[in-house]
Amino acid sequence: MIEVSGAAKRYSNGLLALSGIDLTVDTHEVVALIGPSGCGKSTLLRLIAGLETPTAGRIEVAGHEVRGPDRSAGVVFQEPRLMPWLNVARNVAFGLEPQPDAGSDALEAIERVGLTSFADALPRELSGGMAQRVAIARALVTKPPVLLLDEPFSALDAFTRIDLQRHLREVWDWYRPTTVLVTHDVDEALILADRVVVLGGSPGTIVRELIVDLARPRRRDDTGFHHYQDLAMAALSGLGTRG
Amino acid sequence: MTHLLESPAETVSTERSRATTPPVRARLRFGTGLVFPAAALLCWEVGALLGLISTRLIPPPSAIGSTLWDLFLTGNLVGHGTATTLRVLGGFVLGAIVGTVLGAASGVSERFESTFDPTLQALRNIPSIAWTPLFILWFGIFETSKVLMIALGVFFPVYLTFSGAIASVDRRLVEVGQGYGLSRFALVRRILLPASMPHHVIGLRNGLGLGWMFVVAAEFLGASEGLGYLLVDGQQTGRPAVIIASIVMFALLGRITDRVLAAVGGRYTRWQDGYVRVGVKT
Repeated sequence: MIEVSGAAKRYSNGLLALSGIDLTVDTHEVVALIGPSGCGKSTLLRLIAGLETPTAGRIEVAGHEVRGPDRSAGVVFQEPRLMPWLNVARNVAFGLEPQPDAGSDALEAIERVGLTSFADALPRELSGGMAQRVAIARALVTKPPVLLLDEPFSALDAFTRIDLQRHLREVWDWYRPTTVLVTHDVDEALILADRVVVLGGSPGTIVRELIVDLARPRRRDDTGFHHYQDLAMAALSGLGTRG
Repeated sequence: MTHLLESPAETVSTERSRATTPPVRARLRFGTGLVFPAAALLCWEVGALLGLISTRLIPPPSAIGSTLWDLFLTGNLVGHGTATTLRVLGGFVLGAIVGTVLGAASGVSERFESTFDPTLQALRNIPSIAWTPLFILWFGIFETSKVLMIALGVFFPVYLTFSGAIASVDRRLVEVGQGYGLSRFALVRRILLPASMPHHVIGLRNGLGLGWMFVVAAEFLGASEGLGYLLVDGQQTGRPAVIIASIVMFALLGRITDRVLAAVGGRYTRWQDGYVRVGVKT
């Protein structure tokens, strides 16, 4: 579903953020990108989203080369980025083409994230976790084949983060979009992902891939969980500061 | 499925009530604001009665009131007031539309901005009243020149405020729109315009205020009706009460149109979450 081959990104200020990235994500697979700050994991996500253009290599999503943002991928950012002048329902419907079903599609997505009673609320009336759920609903309402999450929970407090990690999995079951999750939280990656890709270095390269073979729903106190934690931490250590 | 932080309903209701001032306190504040002008008017009237103030040059409030009433009864007040208001509204609509369109273009397109903004900034420094003689030469002494003068006055604050507000819209919100492949026009309509609405309303209100200023200048230089004409007429016929009555009318009409604009603008800016909601304050 996602095919990254030989991708590199040099910013206009000369900084080489990524080089020689090869990554394939299968349909319905959930891949987590982790790594220290500045390893280029967010850049890689933005390349897949079409928000940045690679300076070398090629990126394909759903069989087409990515040439800019398009509707094959829904993106959730670290901040909810809701339009403050639109209520929840209209924020979720933002990406829908104007059509008769837009309202009911939006309501279905809002129901999926459990915010039906807040459909008329303005963003300022929502807690951080609720706002981020609205952002997830907005990304999924168009049913894009690919869901891209850029540190979606890192601005939230620990309780809300754990709640949303569990919740995301339920929402994901709606139509199981191919998902790339950028995170700096090893536990979050291990809870959510089928495969964890560790990035590191400057410019960023892929240093390790872990297939997480654990039953779902996963819990932090599962016996196998610690094993993967150790593997991931081992891959991360020696890569500089954890971001 | 549990949501630990489902915010309880009372949070929502407090948020909502904060948006409106309690009516009692608002009425009280309104009353406090009336104390000073009422006292001043009273002193003025008493001073005139006692002969402390020359009523020939400074007519007492009661004389101004009766002049207003007479002008109203003869239909002059409505006639002049309507003529002036229509000019201001015509100029305002024209100036606001051009200011909004060019402001949006300048906020969205760097090329447009670098090409036209320096010229507009330079023209802005010409006191717009200085254009009046030229406008009269070009467009005649009738309505066209007056409406265009007012439109010019309205244009600058609207253009400047709007282009600035668009340029400062949160880039991250714009990126959401780009993510859906919105065209530049759709970005303006769906993100940039609503996001900069609070400041746009301020620009429009400033523009309207300038429009009321410019109508006086335009009517001074050749008009056969309008409140500005009434001002000049009062001066030439030595009737200060007429002059002050016209000034009162300007104040009243300016205030009313500003409140209407603020109320309409308030409908589009209610979503704001700032310390003070911009653009809707009286």
